[in-house]
Amino acid sequence: MAERVGVYVCHCGSNIAGVVDVEAVARWAEANLEGVVVARDYKFMCSSLGQELVKEDIEKEGLTRVVVAACSPHLHEKTFRRACAAGGLNPYYFQMASIREQVSWVTEDRAQATQKAKMLIAGAVQRVLHHQALEPSQVPVNEHTMIVGAGIAGIQAALELADAGHPVYLVEREPSIGGHMAQFDKTFPTLDCAACILTPKMSDVDAHDNIKLLSYSEVEEVSGFIGNFHVRLRKKARYVDEDTCTGCGICIEKCPKKVVDEVFEAGLGYRKAIYRPFPQAVPKYPVIDTESCIYFERGTCKACEKFCPTGAIDFEQQDSMMELDVGNIVLATGFRLFDCTRIPQYGYGRLANVFTSLEFERMGNAAGPTGGRIVLRDGVTEPKSVAIVHCVGSRDSRHHPYCSAVCCMAALKFGHLVLERTQAEVYSFYIDIRTPQKGYEEFYDRLQEEGMHFVRGRVAEITDAARSPGEEGKLIVQVEDTLIGRQRRVPVDMVILMGAMEPRLDAKEVAVRFGISCSMDGWFIERHPKLDPVATMTDGVFIAGTCQGPKDIPGSVAQGAAAAARVQGMISRGTVLIEPVVASIDESKCSGCRICNDLCPFNAIDYLEQEGVSRIQTALCKGCGTCVAACPSGAITGAHFNDEQIMAEIEGLLYDVLHTNGAQAPAEEPAPA
Amino acid sequence: MSEREASPSGKGKLALYWAASCGGCEIAVLGIDDKILQVAEAFDIIFWPCVMDGKVRDVEKVPDKGIDLCLFNGGIRTSEQEYMARLLRRKSKVLVAFGSCAHEGCIPGLANLSSKEEIFQTAYHDTPSTDNPQGVEPQPETKVPEGTLHLPVFYDTLKTLDQTVPVDYYLPGCPPEPERIWDALTAILQGELPPPGSVIGATTTVCEECQRTRHEKKIKEFKRTWQIIPDPDTCLLEQGLICAGIATRAGCGALCPQVNSPCIGCYGPNEGVQDFGACMMSAIASVIDSDDPEEIERIIEQGIPDPVGTFYRFSLAHSLLRRGRLKGSGNGRVPVVADAAVEEG
Repeated sequence: MAERVGVYVCHCGSNIAGVVDVEAVARWAEANLEGVVVARDYKFMCSSLGQELVKEDIEKEGLTRVVVAACSPHLHEKTFRRACAAGGLNPYYFQMASIREQVSWVTEDRAQATQKAKMLIAGAVQRVLHHQALEPSQVPVNEHTMIVGAGIAGIQAALELADAGHPVYLVEREPSIGGHMAQFDKTFPTLDCAACILTPKMSDVDAHDNIKLLSYSEVEEVSGFIGNFHVRLRKKARYVDEDTCTGCGICIEKCPKKVVDEVFEAGLGYRKAIYRPFPQAVPKYPVIDTESCIYFERGTCKACEKFCPTGAIDFEQQDSMMELDVGNIVLATGFRLFDCTRIPQYGYGRLANVFTSLEFERMGNAAGPTGGRIVLRDGVTEPKSVAIVHCVGSRDSRHHPYCSAVCCMAALKFGHLVLERTQAEVYSFYIDIRTPQKGYEEFYDRLQEEGMHFVRGRVAEITDAARSPGEEGKLIVQVEDTLIGRQRRVPVDMVILMGAMEPRLDAKEVAVRFGISCSMDGWFIERHPKLDPVATMTDGVFIAGTCQGPKDIPGSVAQGAAAAARVQGMISRGTVLIEPVVASIDESKCSGCRICNDLCPFNAIDYLEQEGVSRIQTALCKGCGTCVAACPSGAITGAHFNDEQIMAEIEGLLYDVLHTNGAQAPAEEPAPA
Repeated sequence: MSEREASPSGKGKLALYWAASCGGCEIAVLGIDDKILQVAEAFDIIFWPCVMDGKVRDVEKVPDKGIDLCLFNGGIRTSEQEYMARLLRRKSKVLVAFGSCAHEGCIPGLANLSSKEEIFQTAYHDTPSTDNPQGVEPQPETKVPEGTLHLPVFYDTLKTLDQTVPVDYYLPGCPPEPERIWDALTAILQGELPPPGSVIGATTTVCEECQRTRHEKKIKEFKRTWQIIPDPDTCLLEQGLICAGIATRAGCGALCPQVNSPCIGCYGPNEGVQDFGACMMSAIASVIDSDDPEEIERIIEQGIPDPVGTFYRFSLAHSLLRRGRLKGSGNGRVPVVADAAVEEG
């Protein structure tokens, strides 16, 4: 049966009709293109009336194929597929020609634009004749969710889901949940104490019936697909039996080995070899650091074991593996702080009284190593002047081009803490002060009133080499003050470097493990930067918090909640539809050359050793076409993008060449020589 | 069948012809050994210029469709070859593009990178062995005292058989393996033919027949065959040799890889693949182990000095592009032979 094609040319108001002669295009298509039985132009095809037009023609004109020439498929392909379905046509018997983005917006000449629109439509019509009916497949969604990373974003997501009645596995790499927020003292701009607002949420997590907390654990392998992920994770040995430990802390008290705490205290304080990162840690069970434990070093000591009232210490404990089945995954793996030694001219690591922002957070914390006193590295002297250097590693083409988003506000907070607790003068060396959220600009005003000094300019150097008696024994901040247009040397006692937020060191490996992508900087990429910020291109894997990009606590919390809402949507629907635009392997053609095996960004291709062929797991395939293009034996076909369809589209695009001036009279038959 | 019965011997008629080819296909036909006698039993061989005397005028006298089977090897480079192709098409019930030249253009097709003028310049003037003080070039017509002499016209572009006339079947290979020739002849004799337009052969690639172990591929450096002595058990491509076995239709039994030499693709693309070279290139490009554009360029430039010769050695004339661009000769378009559009698959 010959196909009956309907062509619809959208005016898009004047967006298309202003440049393309849409009536002429529609008339041309009806008169010239094979298979076209109806061609219409319409003001707004995406309006309900426009869609109705398609539906009516399918019913009355018996259309078997539909082409809409309008904006881009990214915008309205789904809309028109639905319109086709409403008319009783398989939605994949539809093709879109982008005559707005590819024609009217980028072509000035009316005649040229009109001609181009005709050719694109010819391509679409020829292609649509070769379309096949496709049906989405349906898979059930497991109600369990795994959340990776238990900082504030992950905690929020876990609590939202658990409170809604859904079971959650919350996986945390460190011995305690809490993330970076647990290290902070105050939070900007309201200055409420970080612990006061965080620790109740942490204990909620601990006590929640629907949350299974898997701390000190890491995900090793993820397989499966949306609704049906299978996860293998390693639970690292704590050397403390969680079932018998009461968290009394006697072991910590009795442990004779004291080491510098490089993680939680940022190197400013000490912990024992058996430790809890901080008193309110969740879970409460301590962990033995085998690298500093005397027993693991020399085979004797066992003080903790001797004093433990419940016999919970187990030196023989091994890492154990766990397997989970979950329907959705939320990644909230957070950030790391820029290593300030990478900018040697700022002196961190060489000049004692240059501190990182995290060190200062710990110093300002009442529960921290100095009990909240702001002092120099010697631990006693109060500084008389403090410099805060912004954009250390951020907005810097040598390190990170992006703005880390939180440092301006954190710097203002630090300024406030210094002014509140000491007599010191505070200088902020900034490029631009960025305070775009609610209450932030007001906080900036407040600091200006409190007497913080603001010097606009990127700091060139921090040195202890004095040039005048006034600079002796001081750290001198060398900077061009761009507001007064002069070089300045500002002598201070203490410098705080506002280091950039960076992706975790293993962000790229994690992305590969979970089948999602990273930006060039290493942040996880969301499905759409504006309209789908917590989903990823891998269905069922969501991202929240700073693993997606630098953001503050309210932003992280909002994303955690948003990701939870998306997961709840999946769970309450119960099943998901899987797009039928996927690749498949014709196993009779596959010779098992294994070219495709390593290419799939979604790990959807398995090599079957026994059969000597490769196979695609349909539910994992996103139809990207990478393997289709690479397959040298033509064994892989991309549904909806097969060679026949693409060649037909190209021939349609070359309609002009093939049908008019390209036509050739049949060659005369040569005579025998 | 009725015509076969009508012939005096009661046997079918067989014609074999060669156009732009090396002659290897003819030898391959004899490679079926004593089975050639069975062929002779089944067919009257009425025309086979390579091995027996015959005249074009005799073929012209055969009624249309009077030949049951014609095995045509070689591409179409001259007007004479085109004439013969058209003649044999008209006279034959079944026309088989026999071997790589007729199927894909093969080595003679690589001359499509040059124009006729460039080919003549090299062949009649530039090569060290040319002795042509008067600079004579072949002319279609030459007047001599005795009259006018004719030579076939030499075309700009070598075309494959199916770019010239409709072809019923293709038998790939340079040359086709005797076993595959026999398989095809058996199929024809027993009337067990695939649908017209098919390539008679396997539908998978040489890797299927290759005994080497294969892994996921990540290639940091391409090597030429003289640069390494490859490990005999591992996939040659994984060792950096451009082995076309991944893209080449099976049928030879992986002859080259068996002797530690990479497949060069003479059996053409697998079933359903349009452009062998494009297929190879996208596969090879997919497994280069680098994300750095400069490094990738270096890997390709150092390891693949002759991309067309490497990836289109046998298939340039039959590729989507068909030839290099012709300088200053019209619109550069290759004429489409409307009735020759019988594509494989």
